[in-house]
Amino acid sequence: MPILETKDLGIQFGGLKAVDGLYIKIEKGQLYGLIGPNGAGKTTVFNLLTGVYQPTSGSFYFDGEQISNSSPVSINKKGIARTFQNIRLFGDMSVIDNVKVGFHNSYKYSMLEGVLRVGRYRKQEKEYHDKAMELLKVFGMENEAKLLASNLPYGKQRKLEIARAMATNPKLLLLDEPAAGMNPNETAELMETIRFVRDNFDMTILLIEHDMKLVSGICEEVTVLNFGTVLAQGKTETVLNDPKVITAYIGEDD
Amino acid sequence: MSKKIKSRNLDKYITYSFLILIFVISQLLVMTGVASNKFEGLLVPISVYVLLAVSLNLVVGFSGELSLGHAGFMCVGAYAGSLFSLLMQNVITVWWLRFPMAIIIGGLVAAVAGFLIGIPVLRLRGDYLAIVTLAFGEIIKNLFNNMYLAIDKNGVFFSMNASAYTKHAFDAATKQDLIKGAQGITGTPNDSNFVICFIVIMICVIALLNLIDSKTGRSIKAARDNRIAAEAMGIDVTKAKMTAFVIASFIAGMAGVLYSHNLRTLVASKFDYNLSILVLVFVVLGGMKNMRNVIIATIILYALPEALRALNDYRMLLYAIVLIVMMLLNNNDKFAAFKKKLSIKALIARFNTKGGVK
Repeated sequence: MPILETKDLGIQFGGLKAVDGLYIKIEKGQLYGLIGPNGAGKTTVFNLLTGVYQPTSGSFYFDGEQISNSSPVSINKKGIARTFQNIRLFGDMSVIDNVKVGFHNSYKYSMLEGVLRVGRYRKQEKEYHDKAMELLKVFGMENEAKLLASNLPYGKQRKLEIARAMATNPKLLLLDEPAAGMNPNETAELMETIRFVRDNFDMTILLIEHDMKLVSGICEEVTVLNFGTVLAQGKTETVLNDPKVITAYIGEDD
Repeated sequence: MSKKIKSRNLDKYITYSFLILIFVISQLLVMTGVASNKFEGLLVPISVYVLLAVSLNLVVGFSGELSLGHAGFMCVGAYAGSLFSLLMQNVITVWWLRFPMAIIIGGLVAAVAGFLIGIPVLRLRGDYLAIVTLAFGEIIKNLFNNMYLAIDKNGVFFSMNASAYTKHAFDAATKQDLIKGAQGITGTPNDSNFVICFIVIMICVIALLNLIDSKTGRSIKAARDNRIAAEAMGIDVTKAKMTAFVIASFIAGMAGVLYSHNLRTLVASKFDYNLSILVLVFVVLGGMKNMRNVIIATIILYALPEALRALNDYRMLLYAIVLIVMMLLNNNDKFAAFKKKLSIKALIARFNTKGGVK
């Protein structure tokens, strides 16, 4: 059973079909790429899958369960977490607190226990503090734990977004242009980290990316979107060499 | 790793010791008779304003919502607490038993009001939320301003109409006025004093600082910093904002009870827009987010006009100048750096490093 399956998924804003008739099947443990030129509707697909937008047609299934039309909160609780293309960190909070926000639904103590500092509070705060530090270590940010998130350099902000999303303990991680604004060295390092995360945290990853090196380097399968519809789909090497895809990206020969 | 927790706790303990220090100094001044009667009379109102400011800080600073109706919740609490005390005056004669109950009841009723008003209000954002909370504050004030409540042997009389009250045939012998429209509530026992105010402040500040540094506090701050991201992380944003709003209303209600038990006559017209704005000024000039600074700002800004009373007309001018200077300094990087050097935390850090050299 695929972990994520969309059936004829689409959304229409007024007369504009931003996404139309999308069929994607992602198997558990896969690294799946979603690519396409600017304005193709990639981020809109993410917004549909995380409940930010409600689809106007079709539906999608997560782990066999139909969850289209759910709220962002309940979709996250089901096990889908995401990062954002335009970084959306909690800027006035420390780096480690950003990760702890991701753990929010894992904490089991009540508000009263938190206020009175009794019961499960101390044990769980310690437990998730250590877990948060572990996650930060994966991204090489353990020394920045106390900094304000908004004071981090750009590349690290992107990494913190991934760490925060992972803290919600998802089965499926949606990464929206994780390498945007990174130099080639940072991108290579990020590729390693993404692979490491997939292998060690038992996660399925769907990512949007413009960096073809990264896509061809780590994605096993890709879907190419153009003007909201699927242009090509399948094994990464096959798709990236497809003349239709090349045309969509660099224009037609005269 | 544990350093972070330590530095956070240090900040808390500085706040607690600061509060205790102020309390001890004020008590000493009063007990030794150095302080004037006027100073003594200011202690309870200042405490009430400190409570209002720290609770509003939870909504404005930590939840990031501009609420302009805080006086309304104080009003609800003040009336509920006063009514309780009036009715129970002869039932529970021990004041130190009755008064804490009144405080809690005032807080609870205000919290319920906060919850009910929060349902429609927290659907709004930004300016709209400010406008609607302002309106609710005024509505609450006007409701109590036109409310008549009395009891006699025939039962309870309640009306929102002044003429219905005057026309009603009361049994004169057993009639007891509880709320008398614009004349408000009279005869509330004077149970309030500085010690109780201090205890309530300590409990509230400890509870608030603990709350902020727990998962609930983090969800409140996350909802403030980025609503969409907070939802994507599985945080119920409305619930987080509602929690902050209700807790703030609860504390404002308790402040109202402390306030009303310090007065002979409680009138609703006190709880107007100006009061909400005054408290907001304390919070904003305290720099928001930092409880200790908000408390300091409240004490200074409340005491200042009183201290300057001798200057008559010039005092409001001076008050305005202080406000402007504080605003400018708050936004000045150089002053912020200077302030950091002078802060207690920095002093402790310096002391620590010196000890390390030895």
